[in-house]
Amino acid sequence: MSSVESLPRVRGLRLPHADGLVQWIVPLAIVLIWQIASETGLVPARVLPAPSDVALAGWKLLLSGELARNIWVSFWRAATGFVIGGSIGFAFGLANGLSQLSNKLTDTTLQMVRNVPHLALIPLVILWFGIDESAKLFLVALGVFFPIYLNTLHGVRSVDPQLIEMGRIYGMSDGELFRRVIFPGALPSIFVGVRFALGIMWLTLIVAETIAASSGLGYMAMQAREFMQIDVVVLSILIYALLGKLADSVARVLERLTLSWHPAFQKH
Amino acid sequence: MQEALRFLSPDAEPVDRADFIEQARLAWRSSEAPSRGLPLTIRGLRKSFGDNEVLRGIDLNIPAGQFVAIVGRSGCGKSTLLRLIAGLESIDAGTIGFGQETRPEDVRVMFQEPRLLPWARVLSNVEVGLGRERASPDAQARAERALAEVGLDDKRGQWPAVLSGGQKQRVALARALVSDPRILAFDEPLGALDALTRISMQRLLERVWRDQAFTAILVTHDVSEAVALADRVLVIENGRIAHDIHVDIPRPRRRGSADLASLEGSILRELLQSVDEPPDL
Repeated sequence: MSSVESLPRVRGLRLPHADGLVQWIVPLAIVLIWQIASETGLVPARVLPAPSDVALAGWKLLLSGELARNIWVSFWRAATGFVIGGSIGFAFGLANGLSQLSNKLTDTTLQMVRNVPHLALIPLVILWFGIDESAKLFLVALGVFFPIYLNTLHGVRSVDPQLIEMGRIYGMSDGELFRRVIFPGALPSIFVGVRFALGIMWLTLIVAETIAASSGLGYMAMQAREFMQIDVVVLSILIYALLGKLADSVARVLERLTLSWHPAFQKH
Repeated sequence: MQEALRFLSPDAEPVDRADFIEQARLAWRSSEAPSRGLPLTIRGLRKSFGDNEVLRGIDLNIPAGQFVAIVGRSGCGKSTLLRLIAGLESIDAGTIGFGQETRPEDVRVMFQEPRLLPWARVLSNVEVGLGRERASPDAQARAERALAEVGLDDKRGQWPAVLSGGQKQRVALARALVSDPRILAFDEPLGALDALTRISMQRLLERVWRDQAFTAILVTHDVSEAVALADRVLVIENGRIAHDIHVDIPRPRRRGSADLASLEGSILRELLQSVDEPPDL
């Protein structure tokens, strides 16, 4: 692709791969400033440990295998909850978008449930499910359900009716109409819902793990807090940020692959 | 050959060789080959939307292969008539017959908007026009031929988002043609295009109609377009056919020629009479 002219300029230099690096400049700069502030004593260690301490703590946990195990457990819970809540939300979104009857029957109930902050249900959930996996999965699924439901519903409803009419004229069956017109038309909205849901998934998981868990990142952070290991706490926070960013990047890659036809994605 | 011979008479307009050959070809074709288009018979057609009676009894006979233009003011019912013919709306009263069959499946429609699927490539969009034959093995070949017919076969792999308005409409035309329809309905297909593109599209429409001999029904607000393209112009007023004018001007018709202009003028006079305007055309 690149002739040298097409490379982005980074502080006056033309560098290959500069495009991917530019986004890390600010975070790296923050870490650098933070390190300097800690070493000069501007920020005392009991308020905020230096990045070097955090990295050291992370290294130790990695070596003991604890870090990997906790990340894996959290990841599994998040993914499973996302799949459960997402599929149900998607199914309801399609049903209520396509069928008036379904919409009339279920939408009001769902809107009422939506307005209950799901994190406020945690005590109730613990009562019902105890503190084993199903409690966490339930909470994540509940949190993920609504953005996906709403955005799928909206996506289906806002498919251009002229395209649907065109499909009917050209003899498309209901199934074909769905596959070729309605679903692809709803996809951009569905992706918006997915990205929202990913954020809520993390939030829910972290909170649920802090309160009612014996493994996972949230649990690790809570333990660290009990034992005053601030560096591990900060480490957990940084890992949340990175994993959240990772999830969002995955969503964006998927989006770019399936929505390459969209005018917004055309390279001119 | 009568029409061709007219050109040789002394008081005819001077015409170049290409026009003459074109004219001879057309005359030969129309005398030799019966049209494969469907005839259209409408009796007592009525349609209301709520309290608003849009069509108040339409009676119409369109022979196979004729090119009919329907003009009228906004809201006169011309689009409704087209949509009833295409089966997009339900009939309140009356009948629409297509020769032997009462409702063929192959009335193809072309709209003012291209209505292409943005998430399918151009070739795939054209294949949509094949209807239930979409899955047949020669579908792709037929689609490519239709695209070539409108001059866009080099764009077959593109997304619709990168095409211009005129190109999108040409793809929509290819989609309408790909199933070899016997009757084609056009609902103001060129209304959204700029003036120059409109003229080249009109030529394309005429050429395609002449080559494929389907029955064509064109709804347009542009009287000059109607007169340039059609064999027959219907003026609709208040839900009825007010005027039925045959356009006997031989093809190919030259824009700006005297007979076209005078016909256009007289139709416009009819159209504008229903509003209190001084007849100064």
